[in-house]
Amino acid sequence: MKTDIILAGVGGQGILSIAATLGAAALNENYHLKQAETHGMSQRGGAVVSHLRISDKPIFSDLIPMGEADIILSVEPLESLRYLPYLSKEGTLVTNITEFRNIPDYPGLQKTFEELSGKINIIRIDADKIAREIGNPKASNMVMLGAASPFIDIHEEIIVEGIRTIFKQKGEKIVELNCKAFEAGRNFTVR
Amino acid sequence: MQRNLLLGVEAIGQAAVDAGISGVYAYPGTPSTEITEYIQNNKTAIERGIHREWSANEKTALEEALGVSYAGKRSMACMKHVGLNVAADVFMNAAITGINGGLVITVADDPSQHSSQNEQDSRFYGKFAMIPVFEPSNQQEAYDMTYEAFEFSEKTKLPVMMRITTRLAHSRAGVVQKQLQPENQLKLPENLMQFMLLPAYGRKYYQNLLDKQGWLTELSEESKYNHFSEGTDKSLGVVTCGIAHNYLLENYKDGHCPYPVVKISQYPVPDKWLKKLENECDELLVMEEGYPLVEEMLKDFFGKGKKVCGRLSGALPRRGELNPDHVAKALGKEKPAPYEIPDSLANRPPSLCAGCGHQDTYFALNEVIAEIGNGRVFSDIGCYTLGALPPYNTINTCVDMGASITMAKGASDAGLLPVFAVIGDSTFTHSGITGLLDCVVENTNVNIIIVDNEAVAMTGGQDSSAKGRIEKICEGIGVSPDHIRLFVPLKKNHDEIVKIIKEEMEYNGVSVIIGRRECIQKIARTKKLNKAKKSE
Repeated sequence: MKTDIILAGVGGQGILSIAATLGAAALNENYHLKQAETHGMSQRGGAVVSHLRISDKPIFSDLIPMGEADIILSVEPLESLRYLPYLSKEGTLVTNITEFRNIPDYPGLQKTFEELSGKINIIRIDADKIAREIGNPKASNMVMLGAASPFIDIHEEIIVEGIRTIFKQKGEKIVELNCKAFEAGRNFTVR
Repeated sequence: MQRNLLLGVEAIGQAAVDAGISGVYAYPGTPSTEITEYIQNNKTAIERGIHREWSANEKTALEEALGVSYAGKRSMACMKHVGLNVAADVFMNAAITGINGGLVITVADDPSQHSSQNEQDSRFYGKFAMIPVFEPSNQQEAYDMTYEAFEFSEKTKLPVMMRITTRLAHSRAGVVQKQLQPENQLKLPENLMQFMLLPAYGRKYYQNLLDKQGWLTELSEESKYNHFSEGTDKSLGVVTCGIAHNYLLENYKDGHCPYPVVKISQYPVPDKWLKKLENECDELLVMEEGYPLVEEMLKDFFGKGKKVCGRLSGALPRRGELNPDHVAKALGKEKPAPYEIPDSLANRPPSLCAGCGHQDTYFALNEVIAEIGNGRVFSDIGCYTLGALPPYNTINTCVDMGASITMAKGASDAGLLPVFAVIGDSTFTHSGITGLLDCVVENTNVNIIIVDNEAVAMTGGQDSSAKGRIEKICEGIGVSPDHIRLFVPLKKNHDEIVKIIKEEMEYNGVSVIIGRRECIQKIARTKKLNKAKKSE
């Protein structure tokens, strides 16, 4: 078992909650895990990326080699493209479609995604809208994790267990909302 | 055994607590900050009352840690690589005095300059000071080596440098902890002149340090963190330093490298293993994170001996952090071309947060600059350095902590008038005060704007030692109270801020203009924290 994930977003969007959830799930399964994060200057609204590697065998590099990521999971569409060289030819790109516009020259992306969809397996999801619909706009990251989960080699229930572990401190209501967000994202992909 | 998911920096923090330190001393700096933050929030550290407050700068931090060592207890000082420049004086001399209680100096380098002005390699400092340097290759080693470093320090009577880089600092993996050790008892040095570096003593102690070098090499050869692994293909011998080892193994199925390998995680380098490698292999490839320190040592100056490749030879990039792909290329591995990044991609550099007070200060200052011309604003290190970028384009320099005031002074001395310095509150107390004193002594014509957001903001909003003290410090040094001005950086105050700046610009002497409004990130964090406390 091996899943290599590039997590992408903009500083402040909280991609690390996705990483922490999968980390808790991997630990529960006694898998090996390495997860490289971006701290420091880029966290001020810059591009941030996390390399998340889960395996049943020891993992050496903290960084995923180019062309070997099974999934690019991006909470922002422009950021999903930045790390494309990391994606394996059999890999899947899962991205939120809500744009985070904090730069003056934000490009139009529709044409780029249309071109890429002929070559790459792409899941584009309006995670913000789905999160709003289930009544927790803050849970869009768990919608994203749900949407990517069919491509992750960890059983669905184990990931949900991870969500429970991570959000436990915030109370049962928050836990349930995040679990619901995860299910909604997962249903979007597998329906 | 139970594994906890820890960042490299957290593993070091946990190990230091478990090894029985009585104090951690540090100034925030990416990628080292979280070591101290981890200890600040650690249950054992709190119960034991381990010292864990921030110091004013890296020099004061290391000196304080050395004082703990003098008193016989274990301590750790933490800093980023450029912080070691600030602490270099005490660092070099602590190698001469040696230690009493175990002293570990953790330095986090930042190859690729993710959050730094340069990518200097602290191993050179370790070699310069002739002290042992530990360079773990993964999170477990970061824990284990830190845990053992205190005992090693006490055994060799020397400070130990723990050298990590950004990637290990900020990457998480499962770590198994060891048993918690008691703190050392208070105990004076056996020789009460041990820390007395009058030349007559200093010469003797320097000779002691020189005499230890052979022993340190032996200890490196015996270290379980350095090893020689046999290989079947002797056309190449590989030397890996620190986390470069992982990038080598990543390139082979289950990590089975066909070449003989010397893994180095403890310095001085293990001579015995390197000689064996040179003896057996046709040529050598050195992989190290940072500068080509080991490659330079092994490189054959006159070109009569064995070929040594690495960052200097061009086999690996000279600059920036390594990754498995660089290493694959150096090993001659062909890989299919990956997907390309679409042309339409735009960069997304970091920027000041919406609502940040620095914006208001810069927009006001820009109005003044429009009248006097560009190129007159010396600045410093912090969030406000982002004022160099659009839409502000306000500041012209960022060199090292505190250099805004002193460079502005130099420029003023040279006749560049009017001239401005923009410095943050925490940078001011870190290294700005002495520069201000220079200005006061000569009554230099400078306008110093202290952008006070009541936090060390860029590194995550740690408490600033400047808080509530700036006016008193300035007055105490001798700045005229009439020329210590205060404003609140808000859009509605724009005209008032411009007026204050212009008035002070007219004054032929030292002006300190303080723009004070708390960092909005810090306000948000405090709110969140209070909410969490309430719900407990």
